[in-house]
Amino acid sequence: MNNTENSWRIVLTGNPNCGKSSIFNLLTGLNQKISNHPGTTIEKKTGSFKLSDGRNCVVTDLPGTYSLYPKSEDEAVASEYLLNIKHSNTIDLVVFVADSSNLERNLLLFTQIADLGHPMLLVLNMADIAQSKGISIDAEKLSEETGVLICTTNALNNKGISKLKEIIAKPAFAFQRTYFSIPENVMPFVSNVQHMQKEFTPYRAFVCAWHPKSLTSLGFNPESLPIEIVKQKSKLTESDTLKRYESINQILSTVQKNSGIIKNITHKIDQVMLHPIYGYLLFLGILFLVFQSVFFLAEFPMNWIENGVVFANNFLTTLLPESIFTSILTEGVMAGLSGVLVFVPQIMILFFFLGIMEETGYMSRVSYITDKLMRQFGLNGKSVIPLISGMACAIPSIMAARNIENQRERLITILVTPLMSCSARLPVYNLLVSFLVEPNHTTGIFNTKGLLMMSMYLLGTIGALLFALLFKFILKKKEKSIFIMELPDYKLPRWKSVLLNTLSKGNDFLFSAGKVIVLVSIILWFMKSFGPSDRFEKIEAKYTSIKQTDSITAIINREKLEASYAGIMGKFLEPAIAPMGFDWKIGISLVTSFAAREVFVGTMATIYSVPNEDDSRKIRERMQNEIHPITGKKLYNIPVVLSLMVFYTFAMQCISTFAVVKKETGGLKWPVIQLLYMTFAAYLCSTFVYQILS
Amino acid sequence: MKLSELKPGQSASVVSVNSADLSVKILEMGILPGKKILVRHRSFFGDPLAIEIQGSVIALRKSEAELIEVHLS
Repeated sequence: MNNTENSWRIVLTGNPNCGKSSIFNLLTGLNQKISNHPGTTIEKKTGSFKLSDGRNCVVTDLPGTYSLYPKSEDEAVASEYLLNIKHSNTIDLVVFVADSSNLERNLLLFTQIADLGHPMLLVLNMADIAQSKGISIDAEKLSEETGVLICTTNALNNKGISKLKEIIAKPAFAFQRTYFSIPENVMPFVSNVQHMQKEFTPYRAFVCAWHPKSLTSLGFNPESLPIEIVKQKSKLTESDTLKRYESINQILSTVQKNSGIIKNITHKIDQVMLHPIYGYLLFLGILFLVFQSVFFLAEFPMNWIENGVVFANNFLTTLLPESIFTSILTEGVMAGLSGVLVFVPQIMILFFFLGIMEETGYMSRVSYITDKLMRQFGLNGKSVIPLISGMACAIPSIMAARNIENQRERLITILVTPLMSCSARLPVYNLLVSFLVEPNHTTGIFNTKGLLMMSMYLLGTIGALLFALLFKFILKKKEKSIFIMELPDYKLPRWKSVLLNTLSKGNDFLFSAGKVIVLVSIILWFMKSFGPSDRFEKIEAKYTSIKQTDSITAIINREKLEASYAGIMGKFLEPAIAPMGFDWKIGISLVTSFAAREVFVGTMATIYSVPNEDDSRKIRERMQNEIHPITGKKLYNIPVVLSLMVFYTFAMQCISTFAVVKKETGGLKWPVIQLLYMTFAAYLCSTFVYQILS
Repeated sequence: MKLSELKPGQSASVVSVNSADLSVKILEMGILPGKKILVRHRSFFGDPLAIEIQGSVIALRKSEAELIEVHLS
């Protein structure tokens, strides 16, 4: 980003479900990224756009919260950011997004942030929904009462967004109303903090007592707060909250009119969605439809990509002179990249549907109907969101577990989420399933391939629940479990927001996975193209006297691969993986996919790509024809393929997941435990499958 | 009586929230003394339940609804 020095830095905040993320997407378009803020553990979503006066505006999107007294990790992230101890962030303007149909509750957080002393702008979002509920708001009057500029936006269309961009650039009012009156007995603490942070308002100093991290960075020991605060913590927050509601009601009495006419279909939809029987059937039906369409819809673009890669590869081979560089490019990088490229459509379609479930408000219904069941497994209704999103990618899902208040439930959710079959497993399953059935084979009215893939997802889900149960018995219960959440009104998704989200997820995936895959492919190419000392020469010498035919070349290539560094590595592993039915070539892939499972496909492609061959047969077909050298049967037979699929269902194989778990749990202990239990489960289950079937 | 004793379709007004550690959380969700509350749905064995207050629907567990004292209206 250029001239960040002169950028206007704004922060988006508000209650969960206020439509904040939609506004973020509409403001920034594709100019967004999730980045690690150096020195802190905050995962910020930032983006940027150009203001009308040409300035660059950097937007930070904070997790939704109900107050500055955090009960969960994501709420803590939001409020610590706003407390902004020692100015680690620049905050020029806080854009507060409120759900107009429930202003009373939304304004609670608004008044708290106003008392922190930040210049604010109030967005009355979902104005159309409020109107349909018979609520009318006098925005001008509200602006006078609070001393902040106000912008009205709709939930359904993009009305108000360009106006919002204009108002963001305007200077805030000089006088902004405050709401806090300091209780006598906390004065000493407040002035103590203010002594250290001169510009802190009394409320900002007061709220620090609820934020251990902020206290620590101020030099306080969070354990030794003044006794009058420790003893009355919940009393203090309770009376502060009630006083704020009083001020809010006094403001709203002149600003808001409620005609009492409610045109709301949410209740009618929920009669079915939350029904003790139909609710579950519908949920399963929706999941089933989503996955069938993921596989069905993605089939077409996947074929184009596969053919395109073959074409590009042939084109490059004929165009470029024969050299080591050309070989690296075609047999290493291209072969590896085609592995990721080909499953981008499936990932995007999956993210698209998950985005719709989230945007329409259905996801929180799933939490509601599953809470009771989840409790039996040591989880929480809120765990369902990480678990389902885990089917797309474990990394954001593990971070999504932050909104689970209970630490034990959050930890169990984090530990089992990677067992849900994520999109990186799709290409692996995809390749392997193609050995079992023809692509167009159907069972009844359903696509057999789709059904097989679904059962892999089911296996992952059952695994996740069983391991959750195991952890429930191992881990000690420390605090009360809570489940209080809002079920937002159903609304049609803002398509632009869903599409932008899908695109940026696909983009993220392609680039982060792409980097690893290109690197691994190049290393692998070297490892398979070279061997220790004179082994390669010996093989060539052995066959010089024989006439060079295609089959002889194939034999030479096979022996060379076996003699290469990659081959030696695979051979070394072979005894350990033999119980699962794997040979040394699969062994190579297991090693390379240790850091990222999707590398499996790329590795297979690199191993099975044959130099100097005009044949453009796809890798898949080549693998299919692979014959076991001893038995003479097909190597990729049913037991081996199923065993491999089970292995990839349970094994961790994702360095990014390891990293994110380390960060979220604050140490190496849990990611190591996770890596060990998952690898162990994978080994055991695969061996079991192979031994039973063969 | 307690909120947890209401059936779907019944409404009441909130009298008080009786919990040392959860009352702020409940207040923050907009469940305030004096407000009218309507039980919308109850799941298996009535747990969890979904209530409507101030036009918003809040899901909570039976154990949490037991902390909320209400007055049938």
